[in-house]
Amino acid sequence: MTRNPQQTQEEYFRGIPTIPYDLLKEMTIALLVTLAVVVGLAAFLSSPDVKPETIQAWATVQPVDFVTTATGELAGTTVSAQYGPPYNSGSGSVQGFGFFSPQTWLGVHQPVDPPNEFVLHPLTVHAAGDADLAAALDSYGKADDKTRSGWLEGYGKALKDAKEDSGTVTVASGHYGPLPVMMASLLNLAQAGGLDGLLLSHGGFYQTDYTRPLLFMGDGTYLAGLASDQKLAGNQWGVMNETGSYPGQSWLWLYTFWYQVPPFLGSSNADLGVVMTVTVMSLGLLLVPFIPGLRDIPYWIPIHRLIWRKQPIRVGPPKPTPSG
Amino acid sequence: MTPVDGSWTLRVRNYLSRHLPAANLLPDRQPHYVQSWVYVFGVVTIASLVWVILSGIVLSFFGPQWWHVSRIGRFVNSLHFWTVQMFFIFMVLHLWGQYFAAGWRDGRARTWMVGVVIFLVSIVAAFTGYVSQQNFDAQWIAINAKDAMNSVGAGAFFNVLNFGQMYGIHIVLIPLAIVFLVGLHVLLVRLKGVVKPIETRARVA
Repeated sequence: MTRNPQQTQEEYFRGIPTIPYDLLKEMTIALLVTLAVVVGLAAFLSSPDVKPETIQAWATVQPVDFVTTATGELAGTTVSAQYGPPYNSGSGSVQGFGFFSPQTWLGVHQPVDPPNEFVLHPLTVHAAGDADLAAALDSYGKADDKTRSGWLEGYGKALKDAKEDSGTVTVASGHYGPLPVMMASLLNLAQAGGLDGLLLSHGGFYQTDYTRPLLFMGDGTYLAGLASDQKLAGNQWGVMNETGSYPGQSWLWLYTFWYQVPPFLGSSNADLGVVMTVTVMSLGLLLVPFIPGLRDIPYWIPIHRLIWRKQPIRVGPPKPTPSG
Repeated sequence: MTPVDGSWTLRVRNYLSRHLPAANLLPDRQPHYVQSWVYVFGVVTIASLVWVILSGIVLSFFGPQWWHVSRIGRFVNSLHFWTVQMFFIFMVLHLWGQYFAAGWRDGRARTWMVGVVIFLVSIVAAFTGYVSQQNFDAQWIAINAKDAMNSVGAGAFFNVLNFGQMYGIHIVLIPLAIVFLVGLHVLLVRLKGVVKPIETRARVA
């Protein structure tokens, strides 16, 4: 600790030998060396850029998964449909420890209505000029909740044994009401690329908010499968990985680590627990100068002898304590 | 109190002329113990940051789609990518170097704390950059990261699925914050000078 906070550098360094030092020259050399290194890395290794996935690609490559997910959105059984704040009033993904649930406190700020926005609205747009689809939507709209639930439950079960044939999905015969027509139309719309645009535009022209298409795609298994292939899944330390063999956000290793071990491994409150843990650890790092023990480690593990190889000089008070 | 005594300007000028004369701001001599490799890390971190910002300015000028369709754009993006990696590597080495040097001693706690804040803000900078890439990695990171943000309530106002919001934060707000914080960090270093080596005998005594 500086006994006298007004102490100048001249006073602090009095009696200490000095050496010539050229700050700007050192900075210039550092700039040139780092530039040479990164130009070499960029030229020889380039950078990762795996193309983004689209709903069109999903519906084309895995139509059964697409239709299953869309049916789940309509039935309100997907992760997004049951999520909770900030998207809707569900509770499926709400995390908290007892009364401590900041997710709930802040409420719905990015309202998303999966049954209507992911399925019914796009189909309504698509129904213009399609009498069969218009009739199917009319039938679905006029049915009571119990009837709809029966259709959705039956169709959802049938999709588990669905067959794919030339981009279409067929299920065993059953009482599914208008759902086969609706889902065939939605699949057709998605495979043509129309659903990507409809979910993004959301009735406007300019858009940069991908909340709806990403939530919809995230509810399926297609994207997760691709991510797993790229070692990006949560149980693969995916937060700190990058596509291909490129380095990712390796500085998040400690954050990712907590997801791999109890009590957070498999916990439904893992995100909240890990973020709180890392926040506390970050505060500890910030306040190291004031925390006994943490601030004493450099004295116990004398790595400073590698830093300052020459005979150290005397620095005054035996137990330095920091001050801001 | 005379009018001169109450002058904020004069107080700041007097403080700076006492604590940050030109010889301290741009020193041509340093204590002998500065002849250590550990001091290189901070300088290289700043050098990397300079290239991060310059490559980022080029990328932001041509727009987020450019580097996906242009060979030159891809190269500039690669510069950005690798300078970010270097920035973090040397920043972490600098952080550990200063930790084991107990660089917060003798009134340098503020310098340490500003440095840690830079580290934390840089993580947010990198994260918003990763979700702004407009590629598969960005999609997957955003889909997964939303749950962590939502769990602590941050998702209510920090929507990682909103490209426009993440991109704006990444190219404007966070760079401003980092440049300001790094400037402050360097200023604090120059104000106090380089901390003296640890004297173990004095500590034990």
